[in-house]
Amino acid sequence: MATLQTRATARFMMSPAVILLFLWMIVPLVMTLYFSFLRYNLLMPGTEEFIGFLNYQYFLTDPAFFTALGNTLMLVGGTLLITVIGGILLALVLDQPFFGQGIVRLLVIAPFFVMPTVSALVWKNMLMHPVNGLFAWIARSFGFQPIDWFAELPLFSIVLIVAWQWLPFATLILLTALQSLDGEQIEAAEMDGAGAISRFIYLVLPHMSRAITVVILIQTIFLLSVFAEILVTTNGGPGIQTTNITYLIYMQALLQFDVGGASAGGIVAVILANIVAFFLIRLIGKNLER
Amino acid sequence: MARAVTTRHKLTFTILGWTIGFLIFFPILWTFLTSFKTEGTAVATPPQFLFFDWTLENYHEVQSRSNYMKHVTNSVVISVGSTLIGLALAIPAAWAMAFSPTKRTKDVLMWMLSTKMMPPVGVLVPLYLIFRDWGLLDTRLGLVAVLTMINLPIIVWMLYTYFKEIPGEILEAARMDGASLMKEIVYVLTPMAVPGIASTMLLNIILAWNEAFWTLNLSAANAAPLTAFIASYSSPEGLFWAKLSAASTMAIAPILIMGWFSQKQLVRGLTFGAVK
Repeated sequence: MATLQTRATARFMMSPAVILLFLWMIVPLVMTLYFSFLRYNLLMPGTEEFIGFLNYQYFLTDPAFFTALGNTLMLVGGTLLITVIGGILLALVLDQPFFGQGIVRLLVIAPFFVMPTVSALVWKNMLMHPVNGLFAWIARSFGFQPIDWFAELPLFSIVLIVAWQWLPFATLILLTALQSLDGEQIEAAEMDGAGAISRFIYLVLPHMSRAITVVILIQTIFLLSVFAEILVTTNGGPGIQTTNITYLIYMQALLQFDVGGASAGGIVAVILANIVAFFLIRLIGKNLER
Repeated sequence: MARAVTTRHKLTFTILGWTIGFLIFFPILWTFLTSFKTEGTAVATPPQFLFFDWTLENYHEVQSRSNYMKHVTNSVVISVGSTLIGLALAIPAAWAMAFSPTKRTKDVLMWMLSTKMMPPVGVLVPLYLIFRDWGLLDTRLGLVAVLTMINLPIIVWMLYTYFKEIPGEILEAARMDGASLMKEIVYVLTPMAVPGIASTMLLNIILAWNEAFWTLNLSAANAAPLTAFIASYSSPEGLFWAKLSAASTMAIAPILIMGWFSQKQLVRGLTFGAVK
């Protein structure tokens, strides 16, 4: 069907997007790779020289790297735990018929559209403030000592904020998956005497498994790069308690001007993200074949 | 046969659903309410929920100082500009992939997707240096360029999944009737593709509006969009809760409304068609 001519036209139509995207990906990446083997600090111009894997050695043996790696894992893992479990529960509730379902759905997805700097500042100041914050007031009303969130539980506070932003995404996707579940199958199981819990475990959960995987993988890609929330709330502190890999590299690059070190870090971050991406791409690719 | 739903069941879930919805939405509602308080009432204990003297003072104040309108304009220019350029690049590409697929089409799509997986921090250093050397730091042009490239894969993918749903036979019929390629695109494909293009546009404006890695790192006073403007409230100015709330409300309201309209496309766009 496709003639030679249309094929040539097709290639021509694709080329601007493909070429630009290729350049966008390959040029900076090659530059990062190149810089990562140099001693290169913007504060000391003219001292650039090739130093092999020394930047990597420094980056990977820096205790800050392990702290940041741990923080990254906690941030990603904690957020995933809250959003996936919360998302499943919310999807189950929203799937039931009730009055004003459409409006509640809008309320639930709203946080996703709030820009990260706004949600982080609103949570930090107006909700989590240890004296005037709403949480502090609630705690005091029940006779508890208010928690000084960002001093006592800095990383968990950020997890809470990020989880609030991503819960709508998980809910929406899991709800979409849930709604495609065959009602007759559930009925059949019901007639055979399966209780609500076993129906959930043996029917609903397997049906949602693919959507759950998609949620986990896509969120992981984005959560590995959480940045704005950290910048406006804690600046990575206290100490480096809330510094993730992204923030660590940002500090090296734009605060210490260590181009070489930050580049080595950048390559490490790319490798980490690629491990996740590998699985995601395969999953989506499988879907494309159907 | 639909399952019988008892009224009690429905009432239980109405209460449960609304409670959850209210709790999740609460931080936004609280921001909205606080934006109408004076700085004094904003920090009052116990908190004032509805019965305070509502005032528009904060909105006036935020707009009158700190070049607020410039940041709004920046946000609009950057998000709409990057989306339109992205569409101009992506529509032909997605069209070609959907209607004249070759063996490599799938690989190209997958590769495009993979560029989205690259963590931004991996290319922060070279991009910052390129921007510095080319004088693009803190310019709208620079941010438009970056956000175009960031969202291009999503735009191509979304359009591709929409175009895929247009029956190819219609195009063949048009071709047999002697329609040229241009005519085919303008008269046949475009009308059928407009809904898909519109929702792609909507979602990408939202994503670009809220993007907060590149906008924070590559802009300062001049090109800073609202994300960066609000970030400036993290300094001691953050103590002015009522003004922070007014600025935040204005920054999120238009996009929240757009987001509510695009909720269906959100799933498709963000899962690259893996969940529809």
